[in-house]
Amino acid sequence: MSRDRAPVPTAPAGLKENGLAGRKDEKSKGEFLAEAEDILDDLNQHLIQMEEMVEAGSVDPDAVNAIFRGVHSLKGLSGMFGFEGVSGLSHRLESLLDAMRLGKIDITREATSVIFAALDRLKELSEEISRTGSEHADTSDVTAMIDSLVSSRQASGKKSLIDELAIDPAMVSVLTEYEEHRLKENVKARNSIFIVKARFDLATFDKDLTVLNDRLKGMGEIVSTLPSSGMSPEEGIEFNMLLGSKEPMEKLAAEVEGPRVSVQEIKYKADEKKAEAAAPSLRSLSKTVRVDISRLDHLMNIVGELVLSKNMISQLSKDLRGLQGFTGLAVDLHKASRTFERKLGELQEGVIEVRMVPIGQIFTRLTQAVRKYAGDVGKDIDLDMLGEDTELDKLMVEDMSDPLMHLIRNALDHGIEPPAERLRRGKPEKGLIRLDAYPKGNRVVISVEDDGAGIDYEKVRRIAVDKGLVQESEMLTRREMLDLIFLPGFSTSEKVSEVSGRGVGMDVVKKNVSKLSGMIDIDTEIGKGTTFTITLPITLAIIKALIVEVSTETFCVPLSSVLESLMIKRDRIATIEKREVVSIRGETLPLLWLDRVFGLPKSEEGESIYVVVVGVAERRLGLVVDRLVGQQEIVIKSIGEKLKNIPGLAGATELGDNEVVLVLDVESLIDEATQRRV
Amino acid sequence: MTKSVLIVEDSRAMRGLIRATVEQMPGFATHEAGSGFDALKALPTRHFDLIITDINMPDINGLELISFVKGHPQYKDIPLIVVSTERSEEDRKRGLSLGASGYIVKPFKGEELQELVKKVLGE
Repeated sequence: MSRDRAPVPTAPAGLKENGLAGRKDEKSKGEFLAEAEDILDDLNQHLIQMEEMVEAGSVDPDAVNAIFRGVHSLKGLSGMFGFEGVSGLSHRLESLLDAMRLGKIDITREATSVIFAALDRLKELSEEISRTGSEHADTSDVTAMIDSLVSSRQASGKKSLIDELAIDPAMVSVLTEYEEHRLKENVKARNSIFIVKARFDLATFDKDLTVLNDRLKGMGEIVSTLPSSGMSPEEGIEFNMLLGSKEPMEKLAAEVEGPRVSVQEIKYKADEKKAEAAAPSLRSLSKTVRVDISRLDHLMNIVGELVLSKNMISQLSKDLRGLQGFTGLAVDLHKASRTFERKLGELQEGVIEVRMVPIGQIFTRLTQAVRKYAGDVGKDIDLDMLGEDTELDKLMVEDMSDPLMHLIRNALDHGIEPPAERLRRGKPEKGLIRLDAYPKGNRVVISVEDDGAGIDYEKVRRIAVDKGLVQESEMLTRREMLDLIFLPGFSTSEKVSEVSGRGVGMDVVKKNVSKLSGMIDIDTEIGKGTTFTITLPITLAIIKALIVEVSTETFCVPLSSVLESLMIKRDRIATIEKREVVSIRGETLPLLWLDRVFGLPKSEEGESIYVVVVGVAERRLGLVVDRLVGQQEIVIKSIGEKLKNIPGLAGATELGDNEVVLVLDVESLIDEATQRRV
Repeated sequence: MTKSVLIVEDSRAMRGLIRATVEQMPGFATHEAGSGFDALKALPTRHFDLIITDINMPDINGLELISFVKGHPQYKDIPLIVVSTERSEEDRKRGLSLGASGYIVKPFKGEELQELVKKVLGE
């Protein structure tokens, strides 16, 4: 469903019947409520962030825009479903936010508290709709608050600010009111203003521009993008982009200039005004606080303890519901526990959030190291980086820098061919290494891709045989051959180079990745290139776990290692080299019976078995369990010295009902399973 | 002869509405662009008699599109109609001063847009 509001009330006759207006049956009500709730939750979060920015004294325009867009969607949505109370109030709120984003109303604490009040009222209205199907709550007090703010608006008389720039008036005349406001804000902040000129082919300009935009966004704010007329389609199309930035001209030029992109700076007419603007002040300019990460760990531990208490309370509330004569109490406790759960969730998110840093921090460090190495080994490469904004736990970011460096060195040493050879193979002389990071659910994916020679399966196998890592006679699938490069002591480099190929590369990478509960995958094509894909959980402090039952015991499996859960008929189990395996989508998956591993009484034999497919680094294993109980957030506690050396256990945790449950260590279980094979 | 209209609007619902409204008139065919970029790509592909464009779009805005069309030797004679919201009076004015032939304010009645299209095309 589109969130844009179609102007239903005055639509042409032919379209009106198709409109959603007035459709208030149960199903559409449910749809409305679900989407409205999502939007309101989002809005609350954005507003909390904006309030923090107000406190800190600098509001990111994107934050205001995000709230504006959310309210706009809610207005459209409620209009389509005919809920006039919600749509009326969100319309009022939208006008207020529009004025705020255009700088006509200052973004103050007062303004944010009015928005909070409006959001609360919108929440009440939607709760009323959920209960009774219609909305009657009075919104006049909130609308009065909004109206009084809107009436205080100032005329946007900041035109003179743009006059301070020696800019072509034609460029200003195509700015929308919002863009003009953004330009003024940049001038007000005394940012440098640049025109970035780019010329692209008509067929690919949108993709090329996206790449350029991503780079520019790292340097400042793109105020507008003006396509320039006067070129014939054969010549391509030119764009003039207006950029406000704190960076100096040289840095911007180094970052983006090329055969198709040039940069020029728009000068301030009176530069001496700068001195005036910088009136001396003793106040610190920085609004940030540096905190030792161990303090955050401490906070996280407390949150972890609270998560356990929460589990206990929600279990109590469940138990109480089952008892007769306590219905009222049970309902109250349930409500209180839900509120506790929500607030705790927010606290947890907040603590995790402060631990988060953009992965771009290490990307930048890598760039410098890589440029130097590329020079050392006589290969010319472009290092492309995407998704630098992707966030990851500070500790994990630090732990990832070595593995990533290894992967890039490997790509340089074994992947990218020397320039002459590349030309012979019809590839561009310059090699390409691309680092890409992006969030995927509650995980982060980092990939290192090169356009080099690819990995030769047979060569890998031959070397492994030479080194005695596998038997000559052993039949290996392609995947298993690739996996050999992760074995300790493996190195395919025929001559040992300064940079990598010391045979300590890939196994170290794998060890580091699995230490962070991550997985690593290889995808390679001879002559085309290789991609290593690392998947990591965003934090290790509090983890989600799958709770399973095996025989008489309950176990937790960290969800970050779980790939999928399957129910499989017993007759699909085959035995290969004394290993029990099943074939899933063409891949052979070894099975491990948890009851046998931990010496538990034998489970009942049904027709089917449950298999939890787990993976660490590049390896996969199917754990056979009796029952899947559910998912829960857990905090792993270490177990006593006596149990410490039992392989297969990572620690213990408490579930809500005071039950202590063991947490499986997936990596050592996989080790266990593979050792049996050898 | 059939008149060819390019509709530039990032909201699918709004685009559909404009298309339906224009196509209700006999002798009109429409082409849709979901963004300013799409419009830049569509322009060289065929002859257009009219462009109807939104102002606030994610890549390039409607004003930039007007300025591009009006400054381009090949496209400068194509008339443009601006579709705007009740709030954006200022943007509307800028559109007209950049060379748009008319504007219509959301939400609008179908007949209003049809009248405006005819008027702009001199029918």
